[in-house]
Amino acid sequence: MAAHPYQAQAKAEIRLSMTQYESLLVTFGIPLLFLVAFSLIKVLPLPHGVLKPVAFLVPGTIALAVMATGMVSLGIATGVERSYGVLKRLGTTPLSRGALLGAKITSIAVIELVQVALLALVGLALGWKPSGNPLQFVGAIILSSAAFAGIGLILAGRLKSEAVIGAANGLFLVLLVLGGMIFPVSSLPGPVADVARLLPAYASAHILFVSSTGGAGSVAGSWIVLLVWAIAAPLLATRLFRFE
Amino acid sequence: MPSIEVNDLWVRYGDRDAVRGVTLAVEPGQILCVLGRNGAGKTSTIEAIEGYRKFAKGTVRVLGLDPARQHREVVKKIGVMLQVGGIYPRMNPRQALELYAGFYDDPVPVDDLIKLAELGSAQKTPYRFLSGGEKQRPALALALIGRPSVLFLDEPTAGVDAAGKQQIRTAVADMARSGVAVLLTTHELNEAERLADSIAVIDEGRIIAEGTPAELRERFGKQTVLFRTAAPIDVASFSQRLGLRVTELGENSYRLGEEAPANVVGTITALLAEQGVDLIEMNAGRGSLEDVFLEITNGEA
Repeated sequence: MAAHPYQAQAKAEIRLSMTQYESLLVTFGIPLLFLVAFSLIKVLPLPHGVLKPVAFLVPGTIALAVMATGMVSLGIATGVERSYGVLKRLGTTPLSRGALLGAKITSIAVIELVQVALLALVGLALGWKPSGNPLQFVGAIILSSAAFAGIGLILAGRLKSEAVIGAANGLFLVLLVLGGMIFPVSSLPGPVADVARLLPAYASAHILFVSSTGGAGSVAGSWIVLLVWAIAAPLLATRLFRFE
Repeated sequence: MPSIEVNDLWVRYGDRDAVRGVTLAVEPGQILCVLGRNGAGKTSTIEAIEGYRKFAKGTVRVLGLDPARQHREVVKKIGVMLQVGGIYPRMNPRQALELYAGFYDDPVPVDDLIKLAELGSAQKTPYRFLSGGEKQRPALALALIGRPSVLFLDEPTAGVDAAGKQQIRTAVADMARSGVAVLLTTHELNEAERLADSIAVIDEGRIIAEGTPAELRERFGKQTVLFRTAAPIDVASFSQRLGLRVTELGENSYRLGEEAPANVVGTITALLAEQGVDLIEMNAGRGSLEDVFLEITNGEA
């Protein structure tokens, strides 16, 4: 029987992710709750020219879900694996680092696919009518995944597992507020909004919104910001990550 | 060819040398036990040999391969048990074994390992809920799943109850009998005495003594005499008459504190008879491995 370390690890990663109920609350529960609640209860401001909250909330909650999966779920899980010596032990098996990384990427991709499908279906049920550039939409999700996974792995690779949980959840809340995912960044005070536009959360939500509505306005700045985060965060994670 | 061959190994953390010129070899079927105090350099040595930890200087060969440069080949042939952890906290032992089975071409069937490690009742309990001793069982089973030719066991019986220790020792001895080279570290001196073909005592990163348990006892163990009487004796006058220091260990139990001469047993018996005190038991011989260890390290294992 030939060994398939990557396949075995990918299956385990997916199963662990899908059965971690605290994590599912953040990766599925909160985005779905925000989408449904704020689409039906119109209490939050909308970007100029947007009439239906769902048009803003579907791309926003998809960005939120991607952030939750890469930064919070992957970050916390990897931090726990590091502190329990799991990564160290795996390093003495035929599972290569590349295969381990590949398995984690596969797991994230599978979860994000389910997240996007679920949020899009719920959005359609709530009256979402996407019209835009699907390629840009997918491209933004891929870059966002790299950026948030990089941030999650920086936290996981340097902090103790308890600290990773606190830091990832804290950062999640900060980026949720500053990211223009649930309400537009233009609602924030001027200098805060300027800083928010340099964050991957805003760049991700902005591109997803424009590419799903065919809306006007340049997203070039957001592409640059997202691209920089998508390259810098994983690179930094590679340099900073400690296996024990 | 030795299964493990280490020459002049140095491991450095910052400007501190954790391992300083360790040289050792383990033949197929041999159990080498590395003894040492906390922080002596045992784990750093074992991790460098596994190829997990970078080392500053020296050469390491495992089955003739360089574990740093030929890591992918080496890991297929070794089994590793960490000092603690190493298993996903939410996975149960069966799931962990099924995962690891996927890493090897010809894994030992999971059910066989569940049986060997006596994981029957714990096989579906998440790892994080197992007690400290129970956690060693799946860790040992994982070390064996790839049919290793070399086993690295870092304190395999730490926290395990007496019956569990015996099972683990039996499994390790069986592996050695089948030709597997075993390198293990332990704080359990009687474990080393029972299991090891050879012992290396490491202190401050250096091997300060090595040999079989019998050789170490012979070389470093002092002749000691322990005896127990039916009634108390006057320690001061007894010591004076013997010309040796007698130490009271407990109720009516005594020990000669210095190298005892060969004829001391007869002298003790005669003195007790003279004082009208019955002798209950007496043991004379070389000190235990624990005595040897304390003698050469001035510390505790």
